[in-house]
Amino acid sequence: MALELVKDKWVNAVSVLTIGATKEEGGSRGRIVKCGGEESLPFLFSEGKIPHRPVIAMEVLDVEPDDWPRTLTSAIGPAIKNPVEWAQKCESEFKADLICLRLAGAHPDAQNKPVDQLVKVVKDVLKATTIPLIIVGCGEDKRDNEVLPQCSQAAKGEKVLIGEVVQENYKTLTASVLADGHSIIAQSPIDINIAKQLNILITDMSMPLDRVAINPTVGALGYGLEYAYSIMERARLAALSGDKMLAMPFISFVGYEAWRAKEAKALVLEFPKWGSELERGITWEALTTTAFLQAGADIMVMRHPKSVELVRNHIEELMRG
Amino acid sequence: MALSGLDIYKLLPKTNCRECGFPTCLAFALSLAKKAVALEKCPYVSKEAKQALEAQSQPPIRLILIGDDKNKVEAGNETVMFRHEEKFHHSTAIGFIIEDSLGDTDIKQRVDKIGKLHFERVGQQLKTDLIAIKQAKDAARFIDTVKLISGLTNAGIVLMSEDKAAVSGALKILANRRPLVYAANSQNITDLAALAKENAGSLAVRAESLDIVLELTKKAKELGVEDIVIDVNTKNQEAKVIGEFTQIRRQALKKANRPLGYPTIAVMDKLNSYEEVIRAGDYIAKYAGIILLHTFEEWAVLALLTLRQNIYTDPQKPLQIEPKLYPIGNTTESSPTLVTTNFSLTYYTVLGEVEASKVPTYILSVNTEGMSVLTAWAAEKFTPDKIAESLKKSGVEEKITHRNLIIPGYVAVMSGDLEEKSGWKIVVGPKEAAGIPSFLKNLG
Repeated sequence: MALELVKDKWVNAVSVLTIGATKEEGGSRGRIVKCGGEESLPFLFSEGKIPHRPVIAMEVLDVEPDDWPRTLTSAIGPAIKNPVEWAQKCESEFKADLICLRLAGAHPDAQNKPVDQLVKVVKDVLKATTIPLIIVGCGEDKRDNEVLPQCSQAAKGEKVLIGEVVQENYKTLTASVLADGHSIIAQSPIDINIAKQLNILITDMSMPLDRVAINPTVGALGYGLEYAYSIMERARLAALSGDKMLAMPFISFVGYEAWRAKEAKALVLEFPKWGSELERGITWEALTTTAFLQAGADIMVMRHPKSVELVRNHIEELMRG
Repeated sequence: MALSGLDIYKLLPKTNCRECGFPTCLAFALSLAKKAVALEKCPYVSKEAKQALEAQSQPPIRLILIGDDKNKVEAGNETVMFRHEEKFHHSTAIGFIIEDSLGDTDIKQRVDKIGKLHFERVGQQLKTDLIAIKQAKDAARFIDTVKLISGLTNAGIVLMSEDKAAVSGALKILANRRPLVYAANSQNITDLAALAKENAGSLAVRAESLDIVLELTKKAKELGVEDIVIDVNTKNQEAKVIGEFTQIRRQALKKANRPLGYPTIAVMDKLNSYEEVIRAGDYIAKYAGIILLHTFEEWAVLALLTLRQNIYTDPQKPLQIEPKLYPIGNTTESSPTLVTTNFSLTYYTVLGEVEASKVPTYILSVNTEGMSVLTAWAAEKFTPDKIAESLKKSGVEEKITHRNLIIPGYVAVMSGDLEEKSGWKIVVGPKEAAGIPSFLKNLG
């Protein structure tokens, strides 16, 4: 007698988030990206549909990063000095699904760039690429409220994903994103209750559920990864069990976190026991990403072209079913 | 799955004879469910009831031991599907495959290098567990290789061979080391099970479907092998492996399916180092008891052991250190003093940066019950009152002559209050630990 399998039965699915709009849809993208829609836990294909594979966005900064290790910057090459060229390279050479433009230069402690300059970068990147776009601010609420609504307006019609909003600061950006037809990233500090509460607040402003991505705030491998891992598992279990206010795709800023880790940056000369810094950095980012894929992450925001390649191949393998 | 009192009652004679000391069979059953009384008190209990109840007292996933008493590697005895439900108990054992086709010098170098793969992270020692010897040549060569390797290392040994003569010879060398024999299939299970039993080893069974796995584990048990490990050979299709590992754990935990109540093993095949690390990452997250790899690059192993440490950390008990004053380097009475929490990750990150700065420094770790700086501050475990109290208790005032305390940049807002409560002058330090070396060097 064949083994009677124990299968989970779920009553709800993750919402499907669409990023990007083609010419026919009022934008200028060559293709669009759909993510989410899972009806089961990660990669358990026999228990529900997994209609969209996890996607990879590559991070591009509007200013040349000054704290990235050489193993990372040299893989990107001289294009790292120019966000437009950098973004083009991510599309054509590194085969990213999306560009994630981080407006780090907006920060008052960085260059405090004027709004029109930042808006221009957004427009130029859109013009130079054909894949869908994610825009994130500098993380300083006041500046982001000045800058991001303008970027939202400038990208009207392109269905970008913009962020981030937090529990204490969501109204200004949500209103713009709603008006301009984009989607929004809701960030919560490794806290399932705040994640839910923020989604309630945003959707109360009549933002549709399928235009929200949850950023549960991840930690890198070795730096609190397990906290976010379990929060994501809990949120996804709740979502599949029927909680619509947690049933949004997850976006994970794995590159940002992984490349802050000492293990990703330190030279082999400083830590001979840790082995080659090149492979170590790449692996730190790729393995951080792997763990979050198993927790249900949908959009992986990454940095190193080699880690991107490794994760892309791994996703392909996983999606063979 | 635990049986309820009513489930047990159904298995009892229901005669209310009172010979067990309880007024009714139901009362006895309820007490049995609480494990407050032994089944032997009932003189009329049937054989079936005995079996069912004995099964209940065993863990749903058997704990397997590999290695000698001093170097025990444990796998199994897991109790949950998700770590937040309780915790994962026995860290995935990590082992390295060495083929007997390599020359002796090469083998010695590999074993030596593998032996050096241990790392300290947040106060814990991260170590690898096993060496797997794989047969590619004849039985004599395999046995020689086992002899060579077992003489070089105390690690647990896995014998990767389906050759009866080779396994038999190797097992004789490994008395008291409880090796794992990998792997039995439908053809060779009788031979390998007999060898494993005779030499107190454990046995891996390997098949392409769970139905066959089930038959194999039953057979192994009939043949007297108790310690079994399951390999689902799904031709490397990743999502299938994850699906089957998930299914095996569910069968054991949710259906008390004994023949599947064993730890699982994942063996890497035909992958490069990067791919091995990534696949192993999946298996650490999703239910592997043992993983065997070919790569033994430091960067690969460091990353995997770190992931294993993360996933197997008890979610209810964040790693903590003893809250007290820690002198770092050759401290003097004028050394700078900084304060942080007793959450291991925070403390060791700060410690690493202080050491890197080469500035002798006192770190005062405050008891925040294992919370990080911002969490502890929000939860009122890292307050001016608590810090002032810790300063007093720590004895730092006798060790240094100045009264300047460096606090984390994220809690700059408490400066005034803390100055008042402690009488110390407060200096706001960097927000991130990475800023500590330049901060300390520029203190002047």
